[in-house]
Amino acid sequence: MLGILRQRAVDGGLSTSFLRKTRSALVSARSYAAGAKEMTVRDALNSAIDEEMSADPKVFVMGEEVGQYQGAYKITKGLLEKYGPERVYDTPITEAGFTGIGVGAAYAGLKPVVEFMTFNFSMQAIDHIINSAAKSNYMSAGQINVPIVFRGPNGAAAGVGAQHSQCYAAWYASVPGLKVLAPYSAEDARGLLKAAIRDPDPVVFLENELLYGESFPISEEALDSSFCLPIGKAKIEREGKDVTITTFSKMVGFALKAAEKLAEDGISAEVINLRSIRPLDRATINASVRKTSRLVTVEEGFPQHGVCAEICASVVEESFSYLDAPVERIAGADVPMPYAANLERLALPQVEDIVRAAKRACYRSK
Amino acid sequence: MATAFSPAKLTVTLPLHGSHQENRLLLPIRLPPPSSSFLGSTRSLTIHSSRRLNYSNATRRSPVVGVQEVVKEKKASNTLLITKEEGLVLYEDMILGRSFEDMCAQMYYRGKMFGFVHLYNGQEAVSTGFIKLLTKSDSVVSTYRDHVHALSKGVSARAVMSELFGKVTGCCRGQGGSMHMFSKEHNMLGGFAFIGEGIPVATGAAFSSKYRREVLKKDCEDVTVAFFGDGTCNNGQFYECLNMAALWKLPIIFVVENNLWAIGMSHLRATSDPEIWKKGPAFGMPGVHVDGMDVLKVREVAKEAVNRARRGEGPTLVECETYRFRGHSLADPDELRDAAEKAKYAARDPITALKKYLIENKLANEADLKSIEKKIDELVEEAVEFADASPQPGRSQLLENVFADPKGFGIGPDGRYRCEDPKFTEGTAQV
Repeated sequence: MLGILRQRAVDGGLSTSFLRKTRSALVSARSYAAGAKEMTVRDALNSAIDEEMSADPKVFVMGEEVGQYQGAYKITKGLLEKYGPERVYDTPITEAGFTGIGVGAAYAGLKPVVEFMTFNFSMQAIDHIINSAAKSNYMSAGQINVPIVFRGPNGAAAGVGAQHSQCYAAWYASVPGLKVLAPYSAEDARGLLKAAIRDPDPVVFLENELLYGESFPISEEALDSSFCLPIGKAKIEREGKDVTITTFSKMVGFALKAAEKLAEDGISAEVINLRSIRPLDRATINASVRKTSRLVTVEEGFPQHGVCAEICASVVEESFSYLDAPVERIAGADVPMPYAANLERLALPQVEDIVRAAKRACYRSK
Repeated sequence: MATAFSPAKLTVTLPLHGSHQENRLLLPIRLPPPSSSFLGSTRSLTIHSSRRLNYSNATRRSPVVGVQEVVKEKKASNTLLITKEEGLVLYEDMILGRSFEDMCAQMYYRGKMFGFVHLYNGQEAVSTGFIKLLTKSDSVVSTYRDHVHALSKGVSARAVMSELFGKVTGCCRGQGGSMHMFSKEHNMLGGFAFIGEGIPVATGAAFSSKYRREVLKKDCEDVTVAFFGDGTCNNGQFYECLNMAALWKLPIIFVVENNLWAIGMSHLRATSDPEIWKKGPAFGMPGVHVDGMDVLKVREVAKEAVNRARRGEGPTLVECETYRFRGHSLADPDELRDAAEKAKYAARDPITALKKYLIENKLANEADLKSIEKKIDELVEEAVEFADASPQPGRSQLLENVFADPKGFGIGPDGRYRCEDPKFTEGTAQV
């Protein structure tokens, strides 16, 4: 039916408004027929925090602008009104101080959810994330565990410049004692954040500002208040047999688009959404590489010592004889993020870069 | 020379933040201008000028009673500051701290202890004065100079000594070491190597007391005492926490153990305004200065501060003027400190002062005190023997306790969680 409409538009004579109306009717007809609901990542995170706070009175939220401002990115919208100022704390601009206070509260058995306005600001508090939180269970031989979640947007946004665009996945994922999660879809966001809040260890939860407004289909199961995703398991977003593309966060969307383009060229790409940077699901990655024999790793952060470097090392160590081509690594440019829009585009991986890398990986054999 | 308890050396308290009127009447203390940019240690002896006493008029209106006045009253009515039992408890605790630290030095030079060891000799009055007023559920957070804080809080000498030897019977099973004494049972929340790191953690523990009381509606009067040094008072985290503790009226006492030296950096060379107690009122909490070489004075101030916190009136900043008789750590040659300064403070040894007080006021006799010293000597010897005889941690302990939920090690190549692999618990698995 859509084909007929398109024909009519080409013939001319149909006003654009009619086309728009019919197209939207078709779209809504399609979604009613499928029965799946859609949810933005923002709503997913909000609902996850809301449900965990209502389930456990020890959970509280702390951060800059989380209360009256409804959250700098509106993730904590409505929580102050619902739970009051005793559970949603607006802090002064004092990252080291309030992060440490969160850690101290976690030592004493509470479950803080500490928000950083962006993870760039977490550098002011990184001593507490690593030295007081990550290492404490070990230093105290299991006496003092730290059930805290550090969350906030990570990585590049749009035109925010060098000091607001760094990706911290590699930094935090190198520290033993931390768990590092990076959701992509709304389902990831809900499931992983709930798992993080319930987890007895410190979790660094890396969101992405540009994903907040994106809508994803979400299953009924994911909307249930006890829904939780396991920490340490990657998800195969798209099955394929020619090349494995591993990535996380916003780059998953780019990889899926790249996979579509590659499919047109006859290359079947398997896209793995890591979900969990530490612990890294090496089993899934290696199993996939053993199936496809080629690997392209994608991340947004700086290339040296990045997440991709770790994945490459893991695959070379464990699946070397299965590789038919050198591992391809796509990362952000090795420069602080420029401001100009065209330079910013050049500094971040784009869909074309992933497609080119996959093709390189495929043509290198024989 | 003034006796240990003369009012001239006592504290000055400042009005609570509500009474801003009084604040304006206080004249700022100005030190005489330095004759050279290097302010050597002799300067430190002139800080406590008699100008401080003029403030008593301004503070008399404040709701916080100056300790000066308390002692004056008590002296006037001839009541002693402590009973015999309390006196012996304090004496025993200080002797334990001193003997333990001396034994640590011996053991270090014999190679039984290693790494960084920071000893507390000379500062016992502060630890004993504050911690002996706390209950088991109150929390203490300290720095790397934490052996005596742990001992005063109730961690056994055996457990601390074993931890220092790196044995599995230590309070942290040998995984923490000298600088990281944790005990959940005694609410000793560390032991932090970075200065200033413990202050926000302590503020968080105090925060959780208040949260338990107000949000979880449980009975909770626990307070937290944070110990740190003069060098820490130049660190940003200290100010951030003073602000938030006063803002949210948290039940915490910030105790500055001002021993005038941060390794080799004199406090006067590092700080624009060396009088740390003044930084309290800037944030709206009382700032108190006390003679930290005198356990009874410290105890009086501590009582007031702890009660304030328990009543829900908020934090207090207490600056204790004290001194460490040894170097910063056992690796520090301690060449920069003046011998005259060391001698001056050695003459004010808190243990000798308490001994003198107990005997002069007929609270105890030489024999009682000697028997305590003997008992403690035996205890410390026994702790060393115990630690020596204890085994080192097993190989499997390397991977333990990284996470409370060890699934954090992820999924192994066989598709199962690594922590479920039997080799993992033997310490032979690849991670």
